Amino acid sequence: MSNIPKDLRYTKSHEWVRTLANGTVEIGISDHAQHALGDLVFVEVPEAGRVVAAGDGCAVVESVKAASDVYSPVSGAVTEGNGALADAPELVNQDPYGDGWLMRLRPQSAADLAGLMDADAYSKHLESEAS
Amino acid sequence: MPFIPHTESDIRTMLDTIGVRSIDDLFDEIPVELKSRGLDGVPVAANEMEITRVMQGFAARDGKALCFLGAGAYEHHIPAVVWAITTRGEFYSAYTPYQAEASQGTLQLIYEYQTMMASLTGLDVSNASLYDGGSALAEACLMAVRAHRKSKSARILLPASLNPAYRKVARSIAGLQEFVFEDLPYDAARGATSLDCLRPYEGQDITALVIQQPNFFGALEEVDELVDWAHRNGTLVIAVVNPTSLALLKSPGQWGERGADIACGEGQPLGVPLSAGGPYFGFMSTRQEFVRQMPGRIVGRTVDLEGRPGFTLTLQAREQHIRRGKATSNICTNQGLLVTAATIYLTLLGPEGLERVAALSHARTSELLQALSRVPGVRGKFDGAHFHEAVIELDRPAGPVLAALAEHSILGGFDLGQEYPELSHCILVCATETRSQADIETYARALSDVMKSKRAA
Repeated sequence: MSNIPKDLRYTKSHEWVRTLANGTVEIGISDHAQHALGDLVFVEVPEAGRVVAAGDGCAVVESVKAASDVYSPVSGAVTEGNGALADAPELVNQDPYGDGWLMRLRPQSAADLAGLMDADAYSKHLESEAS
Repeated sequence: MPFIPHTESDIRTMLDTIGVRSIDDLFDEIPVELKSRGLDGVPVAANEMEITRVMQGFAARDGKALCFLGAGAYEHHIPAVVWAITTRGEFYSAYTPYQAEASQGTLQLIYEYQTMMASLTGLDVSNASLYDGGSALAEACLMAVRAHRKSKSARILLPASLNPAYRKVARSIAGLQEFVFEDLPYDAARGATSLDCLRPYEGQDITALVIQQPNFFGALEEVDELVDWAHRNGTLVIAVVNPTSLALLKSPGQWGERGADIACGEGQPLGVPLSAGGPYFGFMSTRQEFVRQMPGRIVGRTVDLEGRPGFTLTLQAREQHIRRGKATSNICTNQGLLVTAATIYLTLLGPEGLERVAALSHARTSELLQALSRVPGVRGKFDGAHFHEAVIELDRPAGPVLAALAEHSILGGFDLGQEYPELSHCILVCATETRSQADIETYARALSDVMKSKRAA
């Protein structure tokens, strides 16, 4: 069973969102997603300043078998990409909810966040995908 | 493995399974009037005997001209062993195999090729080759725009001293993507790009500067200054190089303080015969930091489960059979057969042999330039160093003179007026190691005769 922290919000495409104290949000991919992808060999994160709409491809995670887009769960302006992943993409596998975060952005509106799933809903979503 | 994938009975079984009468029925959504019914004007099949006579007729029409024409494709001596090995059954496939890892020999050969090209260009990684020099430059332009994430302009500077065919190909391929190509004039005295013409672009967002060395006129560009200017300006550098010349000249990886970022060019001089424009092959190499933006296939060395060394296609996750429309490039293949020839050619010559080819070609061209400049009404056009091509200027338009030389079975060079109206009296001439001193004297004598006759005046 994969790890689904209670304090985060989730998307159907397996991204997670954490609201930070300064009003920005941190975005990454779920434990389930990193496990399904396998060992990551390369991660491309967006540059600070890039404006993304909810649902836009904003990062690419590449494993030995596939390269997948990561979609932004909310609209907003990127404040930071996780530069540490350039040399250590394995952080996403080792610590998907911590050091393996992909980007931080300032959301355009708080309403976007309300539309995302909580941990229980995401857990049910995983079960429905598996069945 | 059967090599005829679909037998009649396979096809019948598949059609019956899906409930369709014939293969044509699968295409019935295409309106009848859009379907071609036979190809008008294409004659019925000729047998081997007939086609041999037709082709011999074409070959006879070409004659056996003495060639002083370069302009992007060069006549070099190709040792017989190059194509004897290349056409062995084990190598004789023009394609990277679909089950790539089943062909370890092919992969090892490409790996050796990549190693040699990376070494020649002085950069970290080479791909498995591209179609030709022009399309390699177009791909390099696309790559530079992908790789340069800080630059938003997609503006690329193309010197007028860059091969005109490459400029056209870059514009037709990359121009469809809203790139802005801007031309840089050449210095009229040197036939090379001067730093002064870059001044207007200083401080502007320019994605990449293309530098050809030696340039289309055969002249040497001041690559160190140009590269350092580009890097100070936050601009990437795409080097277009002649691989033979790299045995003598500084490799792109050593240009300026940081070296060029991408190197590409035409691989034909390495063991591929002149052949009506192709097939040739393009090459490309880059720094490690840009490898994921490099188009085409890359072969890597690895170990299998038992620790034995082996070769594999690597970085495929960025290619179109996995990434579809989001692939790095739509180039998913290489020029396998010609790369095989080039690898054998380079292996056979070695660094010393290639250096001798380059040095001899340079020496012959210098002799040619001297011999032709002694003909009344002919002079060297540009000052400064050249590699194995140079420009001569006549006291009259070049076209009729070249036509008259052709009647003497001499291909006297490239009529520059075709691409540069201001150079209508100029000919780009070339001599490689295949031109003897006697050949050069033959050309000089014929040119002298032609210049004396009124007909070409």
